[in-house]
Amino acid sequence: MPKRKFQAPTEQQLSVRRDQIPDELLTQCPVCQKTCYTQELTEWQVCPHCGYGFRLTAWTRVAQLTDDFQELDAELTIPERFADAAYRAKITQAKAATKLKESVLTGLAKLEDETVGLGVMDPYFMMGSLGSATGEKITRLFDRCTAQKLPVILLTASGGARMQEGMSALMQMAKVSAAVAKHRNAGLLYITVLTDPTTGGVTASFAMQGDIILSEPKALIGFAGRRVIEQTIQQTPPVDFQRAETLLKNGWIDQVVPRPVLKATLGRLLRLTSGGGDNG
Amino acid sequence: MAENQSAYDQVLAARATDKISIQRLIAGLTTDFFELHGDRQAGDDEAVITGVAMLAGQTVMTIGIQKGTSTMENQARHFGCATPAGYRKARRVMRLAEQLGYPVLALINTPGAYPGVDAEYAGQGRAIADCLLTGLQLKVPFISVIVGEGGSGGALALACGDQVWLFEHSTYSILSPEGYATILWKHANKAPQAAAKMRLTPAELLADGMVERIVPEVKTAADCNKLQQALSQAFQGLAAKPVTELVAERQARYRQF
Ligand SMILES: [Zn+2]
Repeated sequence: MPKRKFQAPTEQQLSVRRDQIPDELLTQCPVCQKTCYTQELTEWQVCPHCGYGFRLTAWTRVAQLTDDFQELDAELTIPERFADAAYRAKITQAKAATKLKESVLTGLAKLEDETVGLGVMDPYFMMGSLGSATGEKITRLFDRCTAQKLPVILLTASGGARMQEGMSALMQMAKVSAAVAKHRNAGLLYITVLTDPTTGGVTASFAMQGDIILSEPKALIGFAGRRVIEQTIQQTPPVDFQRAETLLKNGWIDQVVPRPVLKATLGRLLRLTSGGGDNG
Repeated sequence: MAENQSAYDQVLAARATDKISIQRLIAGLTTDFFELHGDRQAGDDEAVITGVAMLAGQTVMTIGIQKGTSTMENQARHFGCATPAGYRKARRVMRLAEQLGYPVLALINTPGAYPGVDAEYAGQGRAIADCLLTGLQLKVPFISVIVGEGGSGGALALACGDQVWLFEHSTYSILSPEGYATILWKHANKAPQAAAKMRLTPAELLADGMVERIVPEVKTAADCNKLQQALSQAFQGLAAKPVTELVAERQARYRQF
C-alpha cells in the first residue's frame, strides 16, 4: 500500500491525543485511515468520515436486517475427512468467534413483511472462505427457495475458495452456480449484497451472479488480490481499484447502499418485485 | 502412470515448455478449423482460441486456453491467463454451439485467470461467473480436457461440463503450489511440499472423482488419433441422451461435491 501524504502530520497530532485516551475508545478506519471515537460508529459500525462499514458477524447482520429468522442446516459443518491438525485448530477458533459451524449462516427470514431465503457469509469465520459445507448450505438454501418459490438474498464476505479443502472447495463455485441457475430458471429473484471483502472464487461465482447486485460503501470487491497483481504483473494498482464505488462506475453493480438503510432498501426491492415468480 | 514421480515433478511436467500447444492439438484432433475472434463486447483475447471444426466427421465448437511458445507469443497470450474478454469470447462460442446444436470441446492449459488492474476493471469475476452459469446449463454435450495446468477458477470456468479429462502430465488445483506455500508457510520455495499435500496429480484427481479420465500424453499432432476416437465416442454417448437428462446429469456431477 502506498503511504498517504496527509497521514504524517495527522498521525502525530493523533498520537498526542491517543496518549490521553484509552485505546478501546478510539477506532481507526482501514479505508480513510481517520480516527474516530468508537461510539461514533454507532450500532451500525460505520465510519463517520467515509461511510465504510466495519466487518460484522453473520448473527449481527441477521439481527440488523430481519424481523424473524429461522435458521437452516445449523449443524452442517466441515467434513471429518479434512483432518489436517492446523486446519482443525483454525476451525475450532472460527466456531468460537462466530457461533457458527461454517462460514455462512442460512435461513428463511422475514424482512419488512417479505419472506425471503437469506444467506450471510461471516468474515470472522476463516475470512468467510468458501468451504465444501459453505457451498452445501448455500446450495440447499437455493434449492429450498426454488421449491418454495422464494427470492434469495445473499450477503457475501469472503477471501475466496478455502485452500485447505483443495479441489472440493473449488467445485463449490460450480455447485452453487448450478443451484443459482435452477432458481433463475424458475423465474425467481436473486439479490446479492457484496460486503467487505468479497474476493476470489466467490466473486467469480455466486457473488456476481445476482440479478440485482448491491454493495456496502467502500467495500473491497475483486477477483485477484492486490498482492498477486503486484507480484505477477509488476503493476501497482490504484488505491480504490477494487472499491464498491469503482465497480458501480464501471457497471458491475446496481447501487451502493449505506448500512443503516440496507434493510429498508431490500424491503422496498422485494415489495417492488414480489421476489419474482408468481408469488406476488 | 508415473507413480514414482513426486507431485511436484508432475507440476513441472505439466508446465514443461515442450508441452503440445493448443493450436497443434486442435490441428491434430480436428480438420478444417475455422477460428472465431472477439467477445462482441469489447475485444479479443489471444489467450483464448475459439472456432468451429470437424472432429471425426462431427462438427464441434472448440475453446482453448493457450500459453505461448515464445516470449513474444507469451506476451500476446499473457502466459495463458485469460482476461475477461477471453471468458466472454468462450461464453459467446458456448452459446453459439447450443444454438447450432454442436458439442463443445474445451482444451485447457492455464495457470489461472489473468490477475491485473484492467482485468478487474473489465469484470474478471463476473466473466468467470457467467461462464459457469452458461456451461452448467448448456443444452449440448460439453467435454473439457486439461492439457497441462488447470489453474483455479480460471480453469474451472471452462471445465464445468459433462466430463473432465486430464492429460497424463497435467495438474488441476485450487491455486498454484507456490501460492499455497506462500499463504500457508510464507515461502514460495516450499512449493514441492505444498504440491504433495494438494492432491493435484492426475491419479489423485481421478481417485477423488474430480475427473473422469486420464488421457495418455499427446506429444505431436500426429499422435492425436486415439484421443480423437475417445472424444468422438464420448460425444456420441452424450448426444444420445435427451437434453433434459444431459443437463440434469451434468448438474448432478457438481452437486455431489
Ligand atoms: Zn473511513
